[in-house]
Amino acid sequence: MLSIKNLHKRYGAATAVNGVTVDIPEGQMVGIIGRSGAGKSTLLRLINRLTDASEGGIVCCGEEVTALSGRALRGWRARCAMIFQQFNLVSRLSVVANVLIGRIAYRSTLPTLFNFFSLEERAMAVRALERLDMAANALKRADALSGGQQQRVAIARALVQEPRLVLADEPIASLDPHNAARVMDALRTINREEGITVLTNLHQVGTAKSYCDRILGMAHGRIVFDGPPEALTLTRVQEIYGAGGEDEEVRQALGLPGQSRPEAAGGACLASA
Amino acid sequence: MGTIIHPKNGEDWASSFERARAELARAKRARNASFVLLLLFALGISFWAGEVRTSTLLEGIPNFFNYINDIAPELRHDHLLTDLGEWYWNLGHWLILLVDTVLIAFLGTFLGTVAAFLLSFPASRNLSPNGTVHFASRRLLEFARAVPELVYALVFVFSFGIGPLPGVLALAVHTTGALGKLFSEANENASLDTVEGVRSVGADWFQTMRFAVVPQVLPNFLSYSLLRFEINVRAASVIGFVGAGGIGQELMFVIRQFVYSDISALVLLIILTVVLMDISCERLRHRLIGREALL
Repeated sequence: MLSIKNLHKRYGAATAVNGVTVDIPEGQMVGIIGRSGAGKSTLLRLINRLTDASEGGIVCCGEEVTALSGRALRGWRARCAMIFQQFNLVSRLSVVANVLIGRIAYRSTLPTLFNFFSLEERAMAVRALERLDMAANALKRADALSGGQQQRVAIARALVQEPRLVLADEPIASLDPHNAARVMDALRTINREEGITVLTNLHQVGTAKSYCDRILGMAHGRIVFDGPPEALTLTRVQEIYGAGGEDEEVRQALGLPGQSRPEAAGGACLASA
Repeated sequence: MGTIIHPKNGEDWASSFERARAELARAKRARNASFVLLLLFALGISFWAGEVRTSTLLEGIPNFFNYINDIAPELRHDHLLTDLGEWYWNLGHWLILLVDTVLIAFLGTFLGTVAAFLLSFPASRNLSPNGTVHFASRRLLEFARAVPELVYALVFVFSFGIGPLPGVLALAVHTTGALGKLFSEANENASLDTVEGVRSVGADWFQTMRFAVVPQVLPNFLSYSLLRFEINVRAASVIGFVGAGGIGQELMFVIRQFVYSDISALVLLIILTVVLMDISCERLRHRLIGREALL
């Protein structure tokens, strides 16, 4: 479905993504792990085209994504929904207005500027919220919600985009373990029930292993691991994270008790697997 | 931003920090000294050019009070009402002119706000669709802002004749420039996370502005527009001087005719109106900020 070839992204002298080549079949749930700064976020942003690649190509269903512009590019973005670590909702707007934003690429500009959405679209938005247990909050202001609730609104927004692909950039990194599990469950549900391909960056190896069909490990802008969760042994994780895997970031990613406090989310998810 | 500390061979962090700090302080001292010199120079030039001389000031002070005395009305205890009535003999006409003035200010502010709203998005560095549009809208706003209302009023009086219309246009153009700058600065402070969130769903530029930026900045825009309305009420009472309608036209007339008590009557009315506008706009502004779910 999605085929990435020799993708590069350079910022001046620094290279964030350094020759990534990967094929992702339809309906897969893929977790990307790696240190912060490994290029995971940049890779997702390149796929959604929030950032433009320096070199290489992305092809999806025969469409050359890297060459799109204007209306075609916006159509592509609509079909590959993005979920952000900081949720990126419009805080002053109501929850339902935030979800309806997911529809605007399918509408002509002028009516949307005056906030005209059809009855069907509003029903669609409310149904999406209902699936995420958020329908009761539809008329609240987005910033009146907790982090976990905001992330579920963001997933509802992604759902009304009717995407073929969902890109989630550290969707649970700012959430507590309970909410993290709910958000990951929601992502897995849309993957299983609608067959939507999900590509998610994760900090916790345990979460990635228990939720994803396939794991990609990134280091220094390259993919250094690609395989099923079972193949991701402790040694492989330490290879991905480098530096002997003894520091705090690795311990956290593995859900091991670190010098500070144990990373409960990873642990909980490991237990549920 | 900031210096990065590089310890020299064998130097510990504390002493290399102190060395870097001392260097920074020395650089700052030189900059501060040149700034003070520049300030003194500018002040000197201004005193000279502005012909600010102590002797002229001292000689002029009595004249100032004489004029106040001349235009002050004659109010006697035993005939207070009659005297007040005489002072404000033309009150009905003046009140109509005052309402005119406020309406000129209102329409000018409204038109200017609409134009400023539209131009502020391309004029924001972080939001502009491309360099050319950004450059053009920036320069347009600067031009609108750089020329004073009074000059615009003068030009428009020449083209559209004496009356309120040139006043409305003059205020609208200047307001576009002044508010456009404030609006675009508010836009530049809007959270780009939100912008990215809306862009990621495939929104076009207009939709992104509408859904990601407008909800964030609307309370600021409202507050700035009301502030501008206050300023424009003041400005509207002056642009009448060049024939652009409102109470200013009457004020200019009585000043020219040396109708002394009318001058004080009008000035007092203008002050009262402006204060009233200030207070009510401020109330409204505070009530508007921090409202529940916008749009």
